[in-house]
This record gives sequence, structure tokens and C-alpha cells, in this order.
Amino acid sequence: MEMLNIKINGKDYSVEKNTTILEACHQFGIKVPTLCYLKDINEIGACRMCLCEVKGARGLVAACVYPIEREGTEIFTNTPQIRKYRKMNLEHLLSNHDKKCLSCPRNDNCELQKLCLEYGVDEEKFQGEETKYKEDKSTLHLVRNNNKCILCRRCVAACKNQYVSVIGANNRGFDTAISCAFDQDLDQVSCVSCGQCTVVCPTGALVERDDTAKVFEAIADPTKHVVVHTAPSIRATLGECFGMPIGSNVTGKMATALHMLGFDKVFDTNFGADLTIMEEGTEFIHRVKEGGTLPMITSCSPGWIKFCEHYYPDLIPHLSTCKSPQQMQGAMIKSYYAEKAGIDPKDIVVVSVMPCVAKKFEIKRDNQGRDGMQDNDISISTRELAKMIKTAGIQFTELEDGEFDPIMAIGSGAGTIFGASGGVMEAALRTVADILTGEDLAEFEYKEVRGMDDVKEATYNVAGIDVNVAVTSGLKNAAKLLDEIRAGKSKYHFIEVMCCPGGCINGGGQPIQPGHVRNFVDLREKRAEALYDDDRHLPFRKSHDNPEIKAIYDEYLGEPGSHKAHELLHTSYVKRKKY
Amino acid sequence: MMGSGGLIVMDETTCMVDIAKFFLEFTVDESCGKCTPCRIGTKRLLEMLDKITKGQGTLEMIDEMEELCYFIKANSLCGLGQTAPNPVLSTLRYFRDEYIAHVVDHKCPAGVCKDLLEFHIDKDKCIGCGMCARKCPVSTIHPSDYIAPGKKKPAYQIDTSKCVKCGACIDNCKFGAVSKG
Repeated sequence: MEMLNIKINGKDYSVEKNTTILEACHQFGIKVPTLCYLKDINEIGACRMCLCEVKGARGLVAACVYPIEREGTEIFTNTPQIRKYRKMNLEHLLSNHDKKCLSCPRNDNCELQKLCLEYGVDEEKFQGEETKYKEDKSTLHLVRNNNKCILCRRCVAACKNQYVSVIGANNRGFDTAISCAFDQDLDQVSCVSCGQCTVVCPTGALVERDDTAKVFEAIADPTKHVVVHTAPSIRATLGECFGMPIGSNVTGKMATALHMLGFDKVFDTNFGADLTIMEEGTEFIHRVKEGGTLPMITSCSPGWIKFCEHYYPDLIPHLSTCKSPQQMQGAMIKSYYAEKAGIDPKDIVVVSVMPCVAKKFEIKRDNQGRDGMQDNDISISTRELAKMIKTAGIQFTELEDGEFDPIMAIGSGAGTIFGASGGVMEAALRTVADILTGEDLAEFEYKEVRGMDDVKEATYNVAGIDVNVAVTSGLKNAAKLLDEIRAGKSKYHFIEVMCCPGGCINGGGQPIQPGHVRNFVDLREKRAEALYDDDRHLPFRKSHDNPEIKAIYDEYLGEPGSHKAHELLHTSYVKRKKY
Repeated sequence: MMGSGGLIVMDETTCMVDIAKFFLEFTVDESCGKCTPCRIGTKRLLEMLDKITKGQGTLEMIDEMEELCYFIKANSLCGLGQTAPNPVLSTLRYFRDEYIAHVVDHKCPAGVCKDLLEFHIDKDKCIGCGMCARKCPVSTIHPSDYIAPGKKKPAYQIDTSKCVKCGACIDNCKFGAVSKG
């Protein structure tokens, strides 16, 4: 590793050769503004916000893509000229922007707005023709408003990174717009609804569809029994919306806040995750013993399911028939819970809080729900829950810890780690190994499948059978494994796929961290660590040990994979086209 | 410097503001739209030039334009944006007086910018043949009450409020009686 002595703004530093100016500045506590840069996936130097002066270089250079190669390089990031140009750059962006900050969903969390504040812009400096677009509200999961788009192309990169690429730049010059081929609406193309574009958008051009009004309305309706359940990963991320450090576990505060919001019952989707493991684990054992389609692939992630349906419809038989934890929980609330509490399921409104915007699509899928009822009525994202808490005036950070409500209050550690890539596999292995050996195994941490590598693989000897497993997240990586299966070369028995890179903790509905944070901090690792830490401290760490899970099978479902379980907890998939 | 730097010969009948606008229209069309200075900057520059050629410019606008040119040059990602403002900068450097004539006097010295032109008939030169009136596509030229000394017919005059500045009258007057400015 070669170190170079350089100067930044006249001060001496030492950096590794080929570090970019942006990274070097970050190391030494200097923030260089960026709008388009996303580490590894969007290094295009297009927004021109990060321009810096390098002594001897021809013109200004883009800090995000300029590697420091020479000893003695002198860099200036904060000269009057650079400040003036950055300000002008922002003023140009504003001259073709709708500037409706007060009603913008990203007000107060907008990267453009923050930079405008830092550089003291005059929003009327440049005036002229503005491009006008109609909002695309065609899909269930997001709303696209190109009048707020600054053409940074982060969304295009995020979509490409998911191997979906349904959005890109249409037209050129001043008329450039990010949209689908032939300017079709998003519901006309094979968008998988992952929402990764909404997480990286620096402005309010791509936002989740806001369903909070429906939730408030349901809570205010005295004839409705409103039940909420929260996904495993929400507890590791919700705090970020209230200024808490990344990776804070806020399970208790969240339960209190949900009770304060007026929900009649507050359940934990970890229970649904445990139920998923019981069903999925049983299905896997069945497939191995009966010679079913292998490898079996998990089905918890609705974005991944839609991807498979669009792009690999021939591999649908490999998908587990289990519903996702969200759908299982909803189905159980409207059957088991309704029966126990003596409430007509038609009067129950189930609200799910998910790290995901594809869940908004999933709740309305065919083959989910029954008797004309959806399993879940409304699905909101982490961000929407945070918004509701703020609207209700609840001082989240000051709340006492609360508890979830029985009969779906307990989630095992296996359920909690569902939120991180590798978690479903580990949870399933914990249960499958115990069932097959008939013992309560003391060694149940499968660390090989943890972490943020693209593809993690391992072979475990479970009761004399070698089980080859693979875990992947991000559809780009999933596609590699799927191509192997298609070619008949896959050696795996069981594969976990999560749509979003890193799993649900990095889902499309999770809190938005600005570029200057996400480029330098691995959000996934910090958030995942909160879940693994939660797992270590829970009394039950295997799904089948969860007493409420035992109760539901004893009292209601019979045994995993029973006829009733199949009716309520399993589903089917459809082949979709790419175009 | 115009375009790719080829040699272009122009005389006093070419308006320097208009020619800068012409070259800029090309780069605005050709901009790929990736970087902000080229995508929006060249568009705003063109809009400023357009205002100047319509007599809506101000002296401050000329300074702002110059500042904008240097911004686009220094900040654009590729050669297209980096050279796009050259025609404006070159004309500002060597023909600033033409820009000033446009914004202060609201005149186009080369007689190109239509919004700044008015057509007149010199009644003493006009012999009243009526050729201009017959060629006028909007019938805005009519005989006046004035007969110049030594002429037999009344001189013609142009109703400038209806004139579309097509130049047909100038082209067809054999006596040099029609002028623009």
C-alpha cells in the first residue's frame, strides 16, 4: 500500500494512492457536497457539485471520481470560486424544479434543500422555461414526480443494480427525463416494486405511496378493530427517523408509540416469521425426503417474487409456497386471533409496518387472503410510521419501553434475524436441524450465512444429510444463482434470496440516509448488528421453541404443513411477462 | 471562436448577437443532458440571448451572461459544454458594442434582429410606383398625402404596427427609398 503526501486546503495529509479526493476529504473530516455519487453503483461525476481545484490540473475536477495518483498533490475544496460555482449549480437546478418544498414529502430530509441552505442560494436567480411532467401514480408502491427530479440518475443506477433497469434517461439536453421506455407508466413495465430508487433519491422525485391517512382513518373509526404488526427489521431502523444512531434497537419505544397511536392491538411480525419457519422448514424437509423441486428458494420477499415471476417464470416451481411473514401474520390475525377474541374478521383492519414498499403490492396480490378479505388491509413503511408518530406529536426518543400484545407478542431470535440477509436461512436451519435430529442442538449459530457478501454459501451436515445452502441479496446476485439453476448446474438444496441488497434492513421502505452518510457507512452492517444483538438477548432463539407458536399449532393449525395451514399460510405464483 | 474553430467570414450585415444565438441553439440541441451546467446552463444562456435580440435585455444581463459562460466552461463534464459558450464569449469580447446597442438603444446595427427593426420609406425618394405595396404580403403599405417635389404621385408609407418585417419592400424598391433600422 503506497502512501502519498498531499495537501488539502493547505494542510498536510497522507493518503493511500488512488484514493478519490472525495474519500480522502471524508477521511480528514471535510464534507465535499455530492448529489449524484453513490459508491460503487453511480460514479458518473455528472452533478458537478463536488468539483474541486487541483493545482496543475486542467480545469476543475470531480472529487468523486478523481483518484489521487501523485505525491504532493495540492487540492482545494473551499475557494471563493468553487463556492460560487457550487451555488450557481444549485441555482440552475432550482431554475427547473417545482420548489414546492412545504408540501414535499421529503421536506426536511432533502439533499438538495440541505445544500441550498449551506450555500445560501437565490432561488430566483435563473429563470426561464421549466419542464412540466405529470405525476406517475400508476403503481401501488410509489409515486414519481419528475418536476422534482434533478437528473442525478441515482435511481437509474439503483434499478440497474437490481438487474431490473426499467427506468432510464429519455430524450436529451434540457428535455431529458427519467422515465420508462416509451414514457410508459411504471405499472406497464416489469418494475419489481423494490423501492430501492426511493431510498437513493436525493429529492422528492421518487417517494413511497403514502398510506398513513388510511391508517389514521381506520383508527378513528369506532366500528373497526385496528391491529398493527411490525416487521423484524423496523426495530433496528425506526430510531434513525428520530435522530438516533444507526443500528439503535427501539423495540420497546416502538411498541409504546404504536399503543399511543391508538391501535387496538400491537403484534410482532417476528411471530409471523417464526410461523414462516415452521411451514418453510417443514416444506423443505418434505421436498428433500419426497424428492420435490430443489433447490427450494425462500419466498419472504415480495420484490424478489415479482422479479422471479417477470424474469425467471420457468423457475417458479423452485419457490417455496409459503406466504411471507407479513401475509401469514395477517391471515392468522383474521382467523386465529379473530376467533379467540370473538371479533368478526370483517371488522378487523390489519396494518403492517414493513421495511418494504413491495409489501404494498403484495397485500393486494391474488391468491392471498380469503372470503374477499385481504390478509393485510394496509401496509406502511418504516418512514410512514415515523411520519405518523411525528404527526401524533409523540416524543419518540423520550418514550418508556412497552410490550407487544399477546397472543402474538413473542418472537424468537430466529424471527428477529429475518431482517438481515442470511437470517431466514439461519432461522430455518435452527429449526430443520432440531426436527431432523430430534434434539435441542446447542450449536445453532450459522455464521457462514451472515454478513454482506454478494453470495454466501455453506454446507451443513444435518442429521447425516449434507445440505448445501446459498444466501444472496440484491437481485443482481440472485440472477447469478438463478442462471445456474436454469443451466442445471446448481449444487444447492436451499437458497435464500432477499430482493434488497443486505436484506430487509436495507429495504425500500427504510429510513433515508443522505449520500454523504450511505457512501461512507455500511448501513446494512450496522442495522444487521442490531438484529443479531437482539437475537442473542432473547429468551427463545429457535422458532419452534416460541410458546405462542406451539400454542397456535396445538389450538388451531394442527401441525406444520397441515391442510388448514396450507389453506391459510401458503400461496401460489403467476408467470408474468417482461414487457 | 465559433463552433469547431473553422474560419467563418462575415460582414457587417451579420448580427453578432444573433450569430452567437445560432451557435448556442446547436449546443442546446446537442447537449446530452447528463451534467447540470450544460443541460440547464446553456438553455438559460440561450434564453438570455433571445431576450437581448428581442430588446428585452439589460446591461446587467450582459454581465450575468458573461459570468454564466465562465461557469458553464469551468463546470461542464465534457468538451461540448466546455466549449459551448465560446461564441458568446468571443462576440462579447470583440463586439460588445453590438450587444450594448441591442440593450441600450434597442437597435440591431446589422439589421438582423427583427424585433428591433422598423421599416421606413423615404418619402422624398419615393416616386409612388406602388411596387412595394403590391409585394407586401400583409398589405400594410399605402399612399400618403405627400407628393415629393418633382414627383407626380404621392409617396407611399408603411404602417409599422402591422409590418411583419419580411423585407419584400426593400427587395423590390428600385429607387432605394425603403430602409430599415
